[in-house]
Amino acid sequence: MTKKPFLFSLAAVSAAVLLASCASVPAGPTAAELDAETLKLIQVAFRDQGIAKVDRIKQDLGQSACSSDKEPTEAVADAVTAQAKNTVKWPTGGQYIGNWREGERIAQSGRGLTWTDSSAATSANGGSCYNCHQVSKEEISYGTIGPSLYNYGKNRGVRDIMAPTSQPIIEYTWMKIWNSKSYNACSNMPRFGHMGILDEKQIAHVMALLLDPNSPVNK
Amino acid sequence: MADPMRIRAQMAGDKATVRVLMSHEMETGQRRDAAGKVVPAWFIQEVSASHNGKAVLTAQWGPSIAKNPFLQFSVKGAKTGDKITVNWIDNKGDKRTDEATVT
Amino acid sequence: MKKSPHMTALTAAVLVAAMAPMAVQAQQKSTADGIAEYRKMLEDGNPADLFEAKGEDLWKQKRGPKAASLERCDLGKGPGVVKGTFVELPRFFADTGKVQDLESRLVTCMETLQGFDAAEIAKTPFGRGEMANVTALATWVAASSRGMRFNLPQSHPEEKKSYEIGKRVFFFRGGPMDFSCAGCHSVDGQRIRLQDLPNLTKNPGDGVGFAAWPAYRVSNGQMWSMQLRLNDCYRQQRFPYPGFASDITVALGTYMGVNAKGAQSIAPSIKR
Repeated sequence: MTKKPFLFSLAAVSAAVLLASCASVPAGPTAAELDAETLKLIQVAFRDQGIAKVDRIKQDLGQSACSSDKEPTEAVADAVTAQAKNTVKWPTGGQYIGNWREGERIAQSGRGLTWTDSSAATSANGGSCYNCHQVSKEEISYGTIGPSLYNYGKNRGVRDIMAPTSQPIIEYTWMKIWNSKSYNACSNMPRFGHMGILDEKQIAHVMALLLDPNSPVNK
Repeated sequence: MADPMRIRAQMAGDKATVRVLMSHEMETGQRRDAAGKVVPAWFIQEVSASHNGKAVLTAQWGPSIAKNPFLQFSVKGAKTGDKITVNWIDNKGDKRTDEATVT
Repeated sequence: MKKSPHMTALTAAVLVAAMAPMAVQAQQKSTADGIAEYRKMLEDGNPADLFEAKGEDLWKQKRGPKAASLERCDLGKGPGVVKGTFVELPRFFADTGKVQDLESRLVTCMETLQGFDAAEIAKTPFGRGEMANVTALATWVAASSRGMRFNLPQSHPEEKKSYEIGKRVFFFRGGPMDFSCAGCHSVDGQRIRLQDLPNLTKNPGDGVGFAAWPAYRVSNGQMWSMQLRLNDCYRQQRFPYPGFASDITVALGTYMGVNAKGAQSIAPSIKR
């Protein structure tokens, strides 16, 4: 019975000695050192292939701020969204809304910008919308990375796209598609206008798909 | 000579279940390459299998059979230790014969 | 009474119309089931078997300028030991002083034991020449550990560093679409179109994610190793081309493999 406390204290002493000696072993790299080394390794890992050039891995603020398992600070997030809002280009002649049939075609296409695509022109690119979103009710092959966009215009009370009351929603939707970081610093959604994925005519078609009361999305 | 088939023959009750995996491109002759030229047809046309030397299956295949085709069939009255032989001939006259023992 | 064809067609049309919304519903519910059923049917005749057999032959065959086999290759558990190595890779190797994944280690052995040029193999496109042989060898080595559970070592400082770098690479956003691995693979229960996306920041379950590759792709009849799987991920992320077995790809393997600790390997598996 009396042996127990003795053994326990001996173990405790040994543990203390071990801990003391562990403290003198050099610690691993710091988080900052690992961050720096990762960036260096990324720089040397890639090469050009087709239209995909190594300048693509040069990060802008919106990308570097969101490259962690942790959210950026509020200050950084605000800087990202402010910068994003400034990049938005409004459509020529105020042509926000195009043709929803074209919009559905663009939403269905996931093509473009990979190293097996022959051209980087926007006309070669799709919006890949169905990869992440439900859009129309008919298409069952949709992803769940983003929220459902079914009834997008209807749910937001857009009954007449020419009415002044529809304008705020139209502008919000345009900004979101042009540069999603305008509203969410670390949005998973590509910045279709800002990054030159889709041009203003293509975005207008996608806008029609979402907002035109005649679009299947709003039926 | 083409890559070997993988053949597994296992007893299940009074039958042997034979599973064969063949290594073949099975080109339909309807595809075009990146330059637009038709990729010539190249596919297995005849398959035959025998059990202890006796023919048990023959098949005529066409271009609709998939690349690296998988074939499964049962042989009634087979026993452990029996020999199953499978062979194929393709439209170019290339052929392959492989065998397996029933376990 | 003979049914008029007109009536039958009309009845059929009405039935189809009535069933259409139901069919869509049923389809939506059972699409995942349908895909699982299709996969089960394919399990029995996985063409990966053919690559496995080829890989086994290549391991034993005397090849290369040194006319030697790979039977003395050390994959992490001693020269010539194959079983169990797949579920402990990537890991640190003292002879090269680096953390290596299965494919880079096979290339090391092909160079040191057989006299092949490692840099030349790394430059060879997937599916061609010696690179195709690396894939076949990797398929066989993976098959030798089928059913075993992942247990990557994390005792060496380089192994720990590989994990930390892999994690950072996983979250690195880049390219014109701002994609990172994390954008698709850091959340439970997501899918892209109808393809379920495993959460690779943790153990996604037996036979899922890291535990399913190498795999035979039915849709293009190709055997895909982990390096090719990562390569195509980067292609779809609109990144430039990652070097074969570059440090970041090995680090990603360490990150995923350590996260998958305890998951059962089903490699080589079969995919759509």
